[in-house]
Amino acid sequence: MSEEAPKRSSLAIWLPLALFGAFFVLVIWGLYRPADRDVVSAFVGKPLPQFNLPAATADRPGLSTAQMTTGKPRLLNVFASWCVPCAVEAPQLEALRQQGVEIDGVAIRDRPEDLNRFLANYGNPFARIGKDDLSEVQVGIGSSGVPETFVIDGKGVIRHQHIGEIRPEDVPLILQKLKEAQS
Amino acid sequence: MIAEIGLAVLWMAAALAVLQLFAGFSALRPSGQVLVGVVRPLAVIQGLLVGISFLCLISLFLETDLSVKLVAANSHSMKPFIFKLAGTWGNHEGSMLLWITVMAISGGVVALVEKRLREDTLIATLAGQAFVSLGFYAFLLLSSNPFERLPEPAPEGQGLNPLLQDVGLAFHPPTLYVGYVGLSVAFSFAIGALITRDVGPAFARAMRPWVLGAWIFLTIGITAGSYWAYYTLGWGGWWFWDPVENASLMPWLAATALLHSSSVLASRNALRAWTVMLGVIAFSMSMVGTFLVRSGILTSVHAFAVDPERGSFILALLAIYIGGALALFGIRASTVTEGERFSLFSREASLVFNNVMLCGILGIVLLGTLYPLMTEAFDAKVSVGPPYFNPVSAIFAIPMMLMMGVGPLLRWRKDKPSRITATVAIPALVVALVLLGVVLMFPSIRILPMLGLAVGIGLAVGSWLPLKGRNLRRTPLAVWGMVLAHCGLGVALFGAASESAFSIERLAAMTVGDTQQVGPITVKLEGMGPIAGPNWTAIEATISASYNGGTPVMLRPQARTFTSPPGERTESALHTRWNGQLYAVLGNEGDDGRWQMRFWWKPFVPLIWLGGLLVAFGGLVALLGRVAQDVKRVRATDKIAFRKAQQDMLK
Repeated sequence: MSEEAPKRSSLAIWLPLALFGAFFVLVIWGLYRPADRDVVSAFVGKPLPQFNLPAATADRPGLSTAQMTTGKPRLLNVFASWCVPCAVEAPQLEALRQQGVEIDGVAIRDRPEDLNRFLANYGNPFARIGKDDLSEVQVGIGSSGVPETFVIDGKGVIRHQHIGEIRPEDVPLILQKLKEAQS
Repeated sequence: MIAEIGLAVLWMAAALAVLQLFAGFSALRPSGQVLVGVVRPLAVIQGLLVGISFLCLISLFLETDLSVKLVAANSHSMKPFIFKLAGTWGNHEGSMLLWITVMAISGGVVALVEKRLREDTLIATLAGQAFVSLGFYAFLLLSSNPFERLPEPAPEGQGLNPLLQDVGLAFHPPTLYVGYVGLSVAFSFAIGALITRDVGPAFARAMRPWVLGAWIFLTIGITAGSYWAYYTLGWGGWWFWDPVENASLMPWLAATALLHSSSVLASRNALRAWTVMLGVIAFSMSMVGTFLVRSGILTSVHAFAVDPERGSFILALLAIYIGGALALFGIRASTVTEGERFSLFSREASLVFNNVMLCGILGIVLLGTLYPLMTEAFDAKVSVGPPYFNPVSAIFAIPMMLMMGVGPLLRWRKDKPSRITATVAIPALVVALVLLGVVLMFPSIRILPMLGLAVGIGLAVGSWLPLKGRNLRRTPLAVWGMVLAHCGLGVALFGAASESAFSIERLAAMTVGDTQQVGPITVKLEGMGPIAGPNWTAIEATISASYNGGTPVMLRPQARTFTSPPGERTESALHTRWNGQLYAVLGNEGDDGRWQMRFWWKPFVPLIWLGGLLVAFGGLVALLGRVAQDVKRVRATDKIAFRKAQQDMLK
């Protein structure tokens, strides 16, 4: 084996510089890209899985997939009475409900007495509350924690996922996503 | 006062670097001959001045001068001495000053001791060194002044991140830094040689000790960093392929390739263009690594706002140095004449093979590190982890390690396979037997750990074969160094494969008096109690561990709470035996009063780091051998010159 061909092709010599140029362009882009670090869930754009949850409290019915495909966009809120940020977002959910948004809840690993106390303390903006003791629905819609809020369109397709508590500044985005889901 | 002296001296050093750059380049022209004599002294004085500046910063940290912004932000009067010292470089500005300090002092040493290289190549090298350091001076003086004063002295310092209050970590970054900067010297040599078209054995010999030195520091840095992550993070893993780790691994891979190809160039005058290219790439990888870590461009998706300013500055330097060097390479590569030829079956060819494999690993690590960024450009977010890195790097690493058993036995230029078949049969047999044994005894372990066990043992044994038939007393130190380093790599591979194949994990909720079986070890929770340290308090568990019913030893994992500034950290406890390590982590207390405990039994895991240290030690032995050889050679030439002068006088 000889070291290299006696006459180097001039293109190969410039290859390292070209690769470096590509690297440079990539990181410049990476450095100045808009600071969008949200991870878009793989479930966005997918229809809801089939589920039928029993009622979590006495005064609200349970929740099934069929009830969420009513032709009107709605919110699906994954929460729990033992979750402090869920209490923090309660006023924002109430505000959304007052603007005519229909909100369904999925209570994760909860006990009826705790849940009733939570709803009594922080308000109950939910039309229905399903009881998800094994986190089946939660996992099925790609939620990894509480609270999370999903925008579901009229056909039961997930259109947006909000991770963490809804803060007052998040409300306009959620309203906008609901509006987009209408079309 | 000290802060002002430090800053003034730093400005003076920067001015000298400007002079060194222009004097150097003028001296290369026929009209600039008068300047030939000033370049070396300039480099030496520059090194001294920066050294003084760094000492000033150290003294500010040691006396906790809270009127200096950097000290107020990163130190604390209550902090133990060693962490005050480490605080000097445990921050952005201080670490940049450390970088420039090591760089300038290295430049000074090159100027003082390097006598083998052609004078014009050396001057071009020093000018290149000045060029590279000017960027860092600008960075330091214009945007990250470490000596900045506060308008009002702070009442108390802000302390150091509790996670960083660890002796291992205090010395881990500077170790890597010295390695990175050592590669900048190799880079300058490559630039110098390209400028004066002097790519030959003298260039390789001058560069080699610097590469070797840098490589030793990188090896120690990576080994120590891995051990630090292993015992501090409390996750039981020792390598996570995260961008920061990759940033230190890539320069090491490039430096390893450079080390070997510069050996070929030094002894056989072959691989000229390739060696120069690697000299550029090795330093590029240091810069790329620094950039990736500092700019935060690759931090996880959960990271918050990233300040692109620092990143932009390093990126600009990267573009100037590396872009410039690669362009220079493009222009000059065609004038680098072919080196000596060699046959397909020769030591050169085996080194070329391993160089290509190392570059292959380097390529896949770089690709894997940048891949999330690339896909994000196409609007997809992915993360790349061990499922990619482990198998893909093994594709290159396993053939490379097999070749490491053969290559050192081959002769330079041309060899016959029949000459070494009998010798190679020994490690080949070892590999085959181990493989067979593992397949029969542990059929359930995966293919990679299986190959790792076999190749690791084979290499650890086979690496000693180059000593066969040699007079051991007269064997050059460099050969010993190679043997030790290759053996160390085999040992480390064996440790890693064993950890991956045979680790046992136990997760348990325990109350005092409970026992658990972790592999061959019985652990018993003997007690829980509070304990106080210099600036932390902790809950400490006392655990007795007995191996196969033998005498128990005590382990004390802690969950620490730091006071200045507030923070929490788990302190895992390790029990090391010759054949493995017990790793205990204390978790939270559950509602029922039981404590969550996590245990691992990891057979032979310490061999990973012992192997790493053996690799570094081999490098050190080789370096001593090379330096001793050089000193001897210089003495001999001096003596010859002296005799000649005497004879001339007699005439």
